Amino acid sequence: MSTLTGTGTLLRFALRRDRVTTPVWIAVNALTVLSMPSTLQSLYGTEAERTDLVRQLQTNASFRALIGPLHDTSLGGLTAWRVGVYAGLLAAVTGLLVVVRHTRDEEETGRAELLASGAVGRRASLTAALLTAAVANGALALLITAGLAQQGAAGALSFGLGLGALGMVFATMAAIVAQLTESARLARGVTSAVLGAAFVLRAAGDSVKTDGSSPWTWLSPLGWLENLRPFAAERWWVLLLFAAAVLVQAGVAYVLAGRRDLGMSFFPARPGPATGRLGSAAALAWRLQRGGVLGWSLGFFLAGVIYGGLTEGAAGMVGDNKNAREIFERMGGQSGLTDAFLAAMVGMLGLIAALYVVASVLRLNGEETSGRAEPLLAGPVSRLRWAAGHLTIAFAGAALIMLLAGAGFAVGYGKQVGPILGACLVQLPAVWVIGGLALLLYGLAPRLCAPASWGVAVAVLLIGWVGPALNAPRLVLDLSPFGHLPKLPGGGMEWEPVMILLGLAAVLAGAGLAGLRRRDLTG
Amino acid sequence: MTKAITVAGLHKSFGRTRALDGLDLAVEAGEVHGFLGPNGSGKSTTIRVLLGLLRADSGAAQILGRDPWTDAVEVHRRIAYVPGDVTLWRNLSGGEVIDLYGRLRGGLDKARRADLIDRFELDPTKKGRAYSKGNRQKVALVAAFASDVDLLILDEPTSGLDPLMEEVFQRCVEEERDRGRTVLLSSHILSEVEELCDRVSIIRAGRTVESGSLADLRHLTRTSVTAELAGPPNGLAHLPGVHDLDVQGHRIRLQVDTDQLTAVLRSLSETGVRSLTSTPPTLEELFLRHYQDEAAVR
Repeated sequence: MSTLTGTGTLLRFALRRDRVTTPVWIAVNALTVLSMPSTLQSLYGTEAERTDLVRQLQTNASFRALIGPLHDTSLGGLTAWRVGVYAGLLAAVTGLLVVVRHTRDEEETGRAELLASGAVGRRASLTAALLTAAVANGALALLITAGLAQQGAAGALSFGLGLGALGMVFATMAAIVAQLTESARLARGVTSAVLGAAFVLRAAGDSVKTDGSSPWTWLSPLGWLENLRPFAAERWWVLLLFAAAVLVQAGVAYVLAGRRDLGMSFFPARPGPATGRLGSAAALAWRLQRGGVLGWSLGFFLAGVIYGGLTEGAAGMVGDNKNAREIFERMGGQSGLTDAFLAAMVGMLGLIAALYVVASVLRLNGEETSGRAEPLLAGPVSRLRWAAGHLTIAFAGAALIMLLAGAGFAVGYGKQVGPILGACLVQLPAVWVIGGLALLLYGLAPRLCAPASWGVAVAVLLIGWVGPALNAPRLVLDLSPFGHLPKLPGGGMEWEPVMILLGLAAVLAGAGLAGLRRRDLTG
Repeated sequence: MTKAITVAGLHKSFGRTRALDGLDLAVEAGEVHGFLGPNGSGKSTTIRVLLGLLRADSGAAQILGRDPWTDAVEVHRRIAYVPGDVTLWRNLSGGEVIDLYGRLRGGLDKARRADLIDRFELDPTKKGRAYSKGNRQKVALVAAFASDVDLLILDEPTSGLDPLMEEVFQRCVEEERDRGRTVLLSSHILSEVEELCDRVSIIRAGRTVESGSLADLRHLTRTSVTAELAGPPNGLAHLPGVHDLDVQGHRIRLQVDTDQLTAVLRSLSETGVRSLTSTPPTLEELFLRHYQDEAAVR
């Protein structure tokens, strides 16, 4: 029996299991990219507007940090510039989720054991997982290449291949991490943190150089994508970097996989104390979530420091292009470009905090479906008390990480400490509405709550990040609670929307808890 | 005697699947009650209703004299529960989990905890997934037996335990009974139920089909008899209560209703008996009879 026996069957099985989720990820990504040329045509229709944009990007470090440098002013070049980073992030997340789902997730739940006992080669499951990711990324590359072909075949091909290759870089990275960690949650967390670091490296590199030539940029796979220069005299050899990374990482993953036992990791659990101090459901919830809270806190603080450090450069953004300024202001600020920059950055962190609150609220669902909640709730712990511990961490934790982001800005920028802290806190009502919605879904429809809550969070993220640049109709922008927040610092504080959002969050959470009290426990 | 658990006409459906279809159950205070039934017959669903985790569609349920849904927390202070498949938190050690459950109930007996860990040969310093299935069960069993409660609800608690640990488990249950505690034991291991239980309830497809003491139930079942006779058997087939008669020359095998045993033995001794084996009905046969009935119904 070869070590790959059964790969084909496993691959078909994996593709069947992913037949809904992965196509949705790819479709969202491809549709965002393919809608760009027409939108950009309306925003930067004339040669003068495009020249103006180039000048802005040369003078404005923060703009480059957010989006990247522009290498060509054709519609194709503008598209690759405008959505390259976001499409790259989405492709990377798709790749890492697919691989972790079909490797460590399977081992952790014990499903892999049953499969491995069948006529399945030792390397078949890892190979099938990587091939599943390759199919997904191949489909993405094909859609992008075909969809952008009108803008130039070579550019479309390089952009499509670059995005697909980026997805595979993080797929193979996840394959390594999945060998090292014992839990799928940790594997996803670590790989996402690497992705976050890649984003920060690229942002830092692009803020100091106007053409992506900084070594920081070259250290980041996201930077390779822009340095592939789609639609701007493509540097095809950069694809070799992607290929080398994919091959090396896959090789390492195979070596690691061959040296460990099924279900085990390289950092096996150390013995713990023979007696415990945990004495309440709340203490248990904190014990379970404290690692996550610590990671998010650190990430938000560092993001604050970095964006705070970039703030001075933002004042240089003075352009004649009304449209560009409009977009930028629509993304956050109303007056004063520094304030606009700060408001945009804080707003972005607020959107990301929504991901934290969803992940934290969904811990309730994870505890319930895994069967770990059942013996607790069969003990003298009411459902509300049990949920309260996790929810305090979710809702107060969101406040904590936003405060730490503000503290980061204070360290990195040093001015306007109070107003920036206020701006960070004013995001919370919107963050809590998303948390309340996740809780409502959990209370009423536990089987749907995970995909539905993540769908809402990603939709809000897309509306907040890409919506303004797409000239999305007001109706769509208004769907996101973040769209109703006052633009701080700079804009005036408006209490009315804040109070309404706070009330809405409370109502959603209350309804969710009422549902939880009344329904059957699943699992 | 007061009742620890009374369930009458309990119904529960999940979508179109009918899990409980008018189930009755009565557990006296201070007894060890066996709860038997094939897979999917509704044992765990009943237990989860009794724990207030599921809400019954109709029917009455009382546990320790209270309503399992509305008085859940109060009831739970006085019960301990061991599920059939224990899942633990990966980053908590077994000892931490035992103490957590103990503290939630207001503290546990330290000496008893230490004694149980010793008897079950459990390593309390291991974490979550480092435990095998049997060891995860032990964590839950130690937590349950070390707590000071009136009622233990054990849902197939010994799955994954080796025969030695099974022995330890049985002794622990006997100790609980000696202390006057009530135990509801759902199990597939019939020898375990026969060994431990004062009374049993057998359920099938969400209904109770048999309930009573083992002696009562045995009375309703058949003894199997194998004998080698001095001559050809005479008139056995016409005796009341004889089933599945198989005659091979002078050798016979038959099943007889236990209350008709005397007549069969008289008939055999008239012919002359060279050897005789008689096996009392086991719980397994009892169980299989209902199980096979179910198969026949289908």
